Amino acid sequence: MFGLIDCNNFYASCERLFRPDLANRPVVVLSNNDGCIIARSNEAKALGIGMGTPYFKQESLIRKHDVAVFSSNYPLYGDISQRVMDVLMRLEPDVEVYSIDEAFIRLPAGKPCDLETRGLFLKANVQKHTGIPVSIGLGPTKTLAKIANRFAKKNPATAGVFSISDRQSLDSLLAAVDIADIWGIGRRHAARLKNQGIHTALQLKNCGDSWLRKQLTVTGLRTAMELRGVPCISLEKSVPARKSICTSRSFGQPVHTLGDLQEAVASYATQAAYKLRSGRLRTTVVDVFIRTNSFKKDEPQYCNRRTFTLPAPSSHTATLIKVALASLKTIYRTGYRYQKAGVLLNGLVPENYEQLQLFHAPGPRHTLLMKAVDEINKRWGRDTIQPAAAGIAKEWRFRQMKKSPAYTTRWSELPIAKASFPESFSMA
Amino acid sequence: MNKHLDREKQSSIKEIFPAACETSLPRPLFLSGVSAGFPSPADDYLDRKLDLNEHLVKNPAATFFVRVAGDSMIGAGINDNDILVVDRSIDPCSGSVVIAVVNGELTVKRLMKNKDSCRLAAENPDYPDLEIDEETPLEIWGVATFAIHSL
Repeated sequence: MFGLIDCNNFYASCERLFRPDLANRPVVVLSNNDGCIIARSNEAKALGIGMGTPYFKQESLIRKHDVAVFSSNYPLYGDISQRVMDVLMRLEPDVEVYSIDEAFIRLPAGKPCDLETRGLFLKANVQKHTGIPVSIGLGPTKTLAKIANRFAKKNPATAGVFSISDRQSLDSLLAAVDIADIWGIGRRHAARLKNQGIHTALQLKNCGDSWLRKQLTVTGLRTAMELRGVPCISLEKSVPARKSICTSRSFGQPVHTLGDLQEAVASYATQAAYKLRSGRLRTTVVDVFIRTNSFKKDEPQYCNRRTFTLPAPSSHTATLIKVALASLKTIYRTGYRYQKAGVLLNGLVPENYEQLQLFHAPGPRHTLLMKAVDEINKRWGRDTIQPAAAGIAKEWRFRQMKKSPAYTTRWSELPIAKASFPESFSMA
Repeated sequence: MNKHLDREKQSSIKEIFPAACETSLPRPLFLSGVSAGFPSPADDYLDRKLDLNEHLVKNPAATFFVRVAGDSMIGAGINDNDILVVDRSIDPCSGSVVIAVVNGELTVKRLMKNKDSCRLAAENPDYPDLEIDEETPLEIWGVATFAIHSL
């Protein structure tokens, strides 16, 4: 049996953790540039605030219903996510961390009631230890566990835990699942299947194998098998090695000078180099790209990228900045309002993999310097030491007007526990 | 005289342990010197160093740090601006110092329970206790296990 543990409205739940006053208030969380709504509490969903909708389009609704709005606070979400996974790993031997807010587990087959009891136990523990509500779906395959999870979330009668175990109820359940909501069926495939009259998970399950393989390749056939209760996708416990690292952001406002772009690119290169080092990796290929806002049809459009291959693998910030800025200079054109820039690192190799180089002997001084910089930034906060090229004011930086404190990752931003009169307590 | 002796006994130091320093900066082999002296006679008796985390944090996933604002708990040794170690995995019982949700705020109080009443007590005569009944549902956020303040 497989289980899927999914945190309910994860980012919104994290924002509520240290703000009990938000318990029944609608909460939304915005994307990186405060652009779109990327998480909603149940109350916000009930108001009809759509997932992924631009913030400005919902502003009047948000004001009218006193919705609490937050910029995304990834240090907080990352820390809470790790806590949720730690609790699960302490209780279950087979856990696959699937995303920031989801984990698969593998359980020995058992009676449905025993499985649900186990699910309720896990749910209660995660809730108690971390304060994050989760839903749990159980099924004979990962795909069915996903469907069970969705069912648990949508039906309050399940108390947040639902197990698909007997075959009879399976078909009636699958008949109610839209094909677009099946794990592994992309939007394009869903649209094509609907054109051919396949609308539900039950219909997909009953399609012939050769037809499925022809329409959806072997991946689609695998999904159908999983719907039939035949496990085809196993638990992946080791994280596959990273193949590339990308650091890119939309700017807070359009940028047109080379100077601002240089600051942004240097700053992304700095972050990317740090990611490399924390993964004990080095890069051999540095890609830089810039582009204008393609949604602004009335403005002149431009986008370009430049790839640079390093003579030897490196994770040295200054080296990466140097090549990134040189690439940027060759693709920069005046007269455009740039909306986004990024640094993409490819051809990653492990730190200990050294190609013998005649002219580019790797310097131990680089390694020691980077280690010192990383230690300092770890202890005193990000960007305590940063290359001057990355800029100080960072006028181009994305907007984050409503960010909550880094409650769990900075000593200076700890949550406050009052040891005084509650605010509404009358002193008289 | 007697009193003085008592106090001396109270504040006497029983044992001293070396502190742990977790951060390290390993050096490449060729940069470090070679020890050519006599091996230390203490080598066979080396114990591991003590890590404060081990003492203060029993359950890392469930442990949070919060900052205290106010002096209503000074009687419990909790001062304004202290950092509290809060373990959510512990079940609160009567006498526990807890972080409770009062009027939507996180509040430090001592939980006092018996079979017919429940209250959140302050540890400072200037502050009243908070009686808990069916009208005011009680939510305990976590149990405080240590207070950290500088002396």
